[in-house]
Amino acid sequence: MPIQVLMPALSPTMEKGNLAKWLKKEGETIKSGDVIAEIETDKATMEVEATDEGTLGKILVPEGTADVAVNTPIAVILADGEDASAAAAAPKAPPPAAKAAPAEAKSQAQSEDKEAHARAEAEEGKSKAPAAPQAVAEADPEVPAGTEMVTMTIREALRDAMAEEMRRDGDIFLMGEEVAEYQGAYKVSQGLLEEFGARRVIDTPITEHGFAGVGVGAAMAGLKPIVEFMTFNFAMQAIDQIINSAAKTLYMSGGQMGCSIVFRGPNGAAARVAAQHSQDYSAWYSQIPGLKVIAPYSAADYKGLLKAAIRDPNPVIFLENEILYGHTGPVPKLADYVLPIGKARIARAGSHVTLIAWSNGMTYALKAAEELAKEGIEAEVVDLRTLRPMDTESIVASVQKTGRAVVVEEGWQQSGVGAEVAARLMEHAFDYLDAPVARVSGKDVPMPYAANLEKLALPSVAEVVEAAKAVCYR
Amino acid sequence: MAAPKKSAAQAAGNGSRSLSPPEFTREQELHALRDMLLIRRFEEKAGQLYGMGAIGGFCHLYIGQEAIVVGMQMALKDGDQVITGYRDHGHMLACGMDAKGVMAELTGRRGGYSKGKGGSMHMFSMEKNFFGGHGIVGAQVSLGTGLAFANRYRGNDNVSLAYFGDGASNQGQVYESFNMAELWKLPVIYIIENNRYAMGTSVTRSSAQTDFSKRGVSFNIPGEQVDGMDVRAVKAAGDKAVKWCREGNGPFILEMQTYRYRGHSMSDPAKYRTREEVDKVRHDSDPIEQVRNRLLAAKVTEDELKKIDAGVREIVNAAADFAQNDPEPDVSELYTDIYR
Repeated sequence: MPIQVLMPALSPTMEKGNLAKWLKKEGETIKSGDVIAEIETDKATMEVEATDEGTLGKILVPEGTADVAVNTPIAVILADGEDASAAAAAPKAPPPAAKAAPAEAKSQAQSEDKEAHARAEAEEGKSKAPAAPQAVAEADPEVPAGTEMVTMTIREALRDAMAEEMRRDGDIFLMGEEVAEYQGAYKVSQGLLEEFGARRVIDTPITEHGFAGVGVGAAMAGLKPIVEFMTFNFAMQAIDQIINSAAKTLYMSGGQMGCSIVFRGPNGAAARVAAQHSQDYSAWYSQIPGLKVIAPYSAADYKGLLKAAIRDPNPVIFLENEILYGHTGPVPKLADYVLPIGKARIARAGSHVTLIAWSNGMTYALKAAEELAKEGIEAEVVDLRTLRPMDTESIVASVQKTGRAVVVEEGWQQSGVGAEVAARLMEHAFDYLDAPVARVSGKDVPMPYAANLEKLALPSVAEVVEAAKAVCYR
Repeated sequence: MAAPKKSAAQAAGNGSRSLSPPEFTREQELHALRDMLLIRRFEEKAGQLYGMGAIGGFCHLYIGQEAIVVGMQMALKDGDQVITGYRDHGHMLACGMDAKGVMAELTGRRGGYSKGKGGSMHMFSMEKNFFGGHGIVGAQVSLGTGLAFANRYRGNDNVSLAYFGDGASNQGQVYESFNMAELWKLPVIYIIENNRYAMGTSVTRSSAQTDFSKRGVSFNIPGEQVDGMDVRAVKAAGDKAVKWCREGNGPFILEMQTYRYRGHSMSDPAKYRTREEVDKVRHDSDPIEQVRNRLLAAKVTEDELKKIDAGVREIVNAAADFAQNDPEPDVSELYTDIYR
C-alpha cells in the first residue's frame, strides 16, 4: 500500500505553508530520517523528514506551491515491490484549500472519521462551559459550654498548632530558614527542635527557590511539609515552585498526584522595613486555582486554621502577620481545635454597614467599628479568614442586612482582594446595595521607610470611619 | 552523616569517562534494543501525528537519546523514582508506562495519563513511580531532590533520578538543590542529558563550564561523563551511581553525552547546526544501531530483529489508533482535579 506524505503542521499555530523545495526526486530511495522537502511556515523554513522507508513514487504538490493546507497529501512513498502505478492508484489530493481529513490509508481514514465524529460531539457539549462548582463552607465547630479559654499570643497559637499536628502524624515536618536551632526568626517554632529533633525540624540554607521545590517534591512523594518563609517577601524567589509545581500538578496529572503542603510565614507590612520587606501577597496567591489561601486575625483562628491547613490534602498558603505575632487572644483549650477552611466569621454584629477585612486589616476595621458606634453607626465586621475559597455567602448575607460595604486591606487596590470582594457583591448583592462598595487599602506606592510616610501609605482607622460614613451618606 | 567527603568524591568519579563498558548479556542487549526501539518508533509516530495536527502545542521528541533512559532504568529497583523535564516521552516508556496512555495524553484524550489535561509535558504515574513531566526548565531538579528527601526521611534505600538537560544546568535552583542534597546526603542522581543544544544555543555559547560532570565540584558531589549513546556505558555508570546513593553517600552527577536528532520541539527549524553534523552522529553512534550491530555480530538473525521491530510497531500503531479514537475528556472534567 503506497504511503501518502501529508503536508505537516510544524508549529502550534500553522494551518498552511509553502512547499519551497523538493530535496528528493521521484524514483529516489528514501530512508527514515531523510530530509525530503523544505517547507516555509509563517515563522521559518523547516525541513520535512521522512518517517517511512521506500521510494519516492510521485510528487503531488510541486515545489513553489504556496498556501498548501496542513494534511494535504504532497507525495506518495512506495514500499518495496510497489511501482508507480500504485502511486497513481493512491487517492487524489484534495484541493489545498480544503480542510478535509487526510485519507492516508484506509484504517487511517476510518479512524479520522471517528475522530471527526468525536470532535463534533465534543464540540456540541463544549459550546458551554459547565458551571463552576460553588464552595460550600462548613460552620465552625461548637465550642462546648464551659470550655476553658487560654489567653496566648498568636506566635504561641501557631507553635501549638504545629506541635499538635506533628505529634499526631509522623509525615509532617517543618523546614525553613532558622526554624530549628535559632527557634524561628520570629520565634514561632520555639521548642519544636527540642521536641521533634533535627529530622523533623530542619534548618535550610538561604535558598527559597530550592527548598520550596524540595518541599513540593517531598509532598509529591507523600510527606506533609510545612515550609516556613522567613517572610513572604522572600517567597517571590520560590513562587514558580508554589504555583507551577504545587498548585497545578493535581490538575495536570488528572487527579493522580497532588501535594499536601503548607507554605507559611509573615506577610505584609511589618514596621519601618521599607518597600522590599513590606508587601502584601494576599491578592497574588488568592488568584491561583489549586491553592487555598488563609489569612487569619485572631489567636484562636490562627490555631484552628493552621491545624486545618496542615491536614488539608492541597497546597495551602498561610499568610501570617508580623505585627500580630505578639497579640494575645483567647483560644479554646480543646484536644483538637480545628476550624473549617473557607468560612468567614462575624467578628462584630451590626446592622448599618458591613466592614470586610482579614489579617491585620481587621485591626483597622474593629477600631473603626468602635468609633462608628460612638456616632450611632452599628458596623458589622466580617473577618474573611480564608481568601480562597472565599466565603461569598457570608459577605452577601451581611450586606443583604446592611446594604452597605467597606473592604479594608493593607495591600494595593489594583486587582486586589478588595476589588474581588466588591465585584462579588456587585454580582450577588447588587439589588441590596444602597451605596457603591468602598475600598480602604494600602496606597499605590512602594512602602516608604520614613515613619510619617509609612503611616500614610497604610490604611488608617480614620479612613475606614470616613469610608463607612460615606457609604451611609453621613 | 560523616562521609569522608573529599576522598570519597575522588574515589567515586573524577570527571573522566570509563573506557570500555562491560558487555551485556544477550538478554540485556535484546531488552535494551526493544525498549530503545519502542521509544524511537513512538517518537516517530508522535512526530507524524503532530504533523497531522492530532497533537497540539509543544512536542519535544527524544529521538537519539534513547540509550540514557533505557540504560538507567536497567540500574534501578522497585520503588526508585524518576522525574524529568518536558522531553519526557522516552522516560515514561522506559518506566513501563503504557504507550496508549502516553499517546492519548499527547492527543489530549480522556484515556491519556492525565485524562488529557496535562499534555506532552505534564504526565505522571504514581504506579510506575514516574513523577513527571515538568514544563519549567530546572524545576524538576528541586522536586527530584525532594523525592530523595522523602526517601531519606522514611529511611528506605530508594534512589531518585532527576533528569535535566545542559540548558537546565544553568538554572539557579539546580545549585540550590546540589547544595542541600550534599549537605543532607540525599540519595539523588542528577542526570544531565547533554545533547549539546539548549533549544538553539550550543553548550559552548551558554556554559562557562562545559564539562557538566564537574558542576557539583564546589559542593563535593562526585560526577562522571558517560557515553550516553552506548546503553552499556549508561547502565554501568548508573549501577555505580545507584550504589553510591543507596549506601548513603549522598548525590551523584552523571553527565550523559548525547545528541538529539530532531529540533528542540516540532516547530524548531534547527538552523543552528548543520545537516552534516546530525547525519554524522546518526551514522557513527546511533544508540540503537550499536546494539543491533552487536547482536548481528553475535549471530542473532535479521529475522529475529525484524520481529522485535514489528512487535514494537504493533504497540505504537495500536497506541496511535487509540489516541486518535479515544474521545476528548468530558466537559465535566473542566472543574475536576483542582482540589482533592
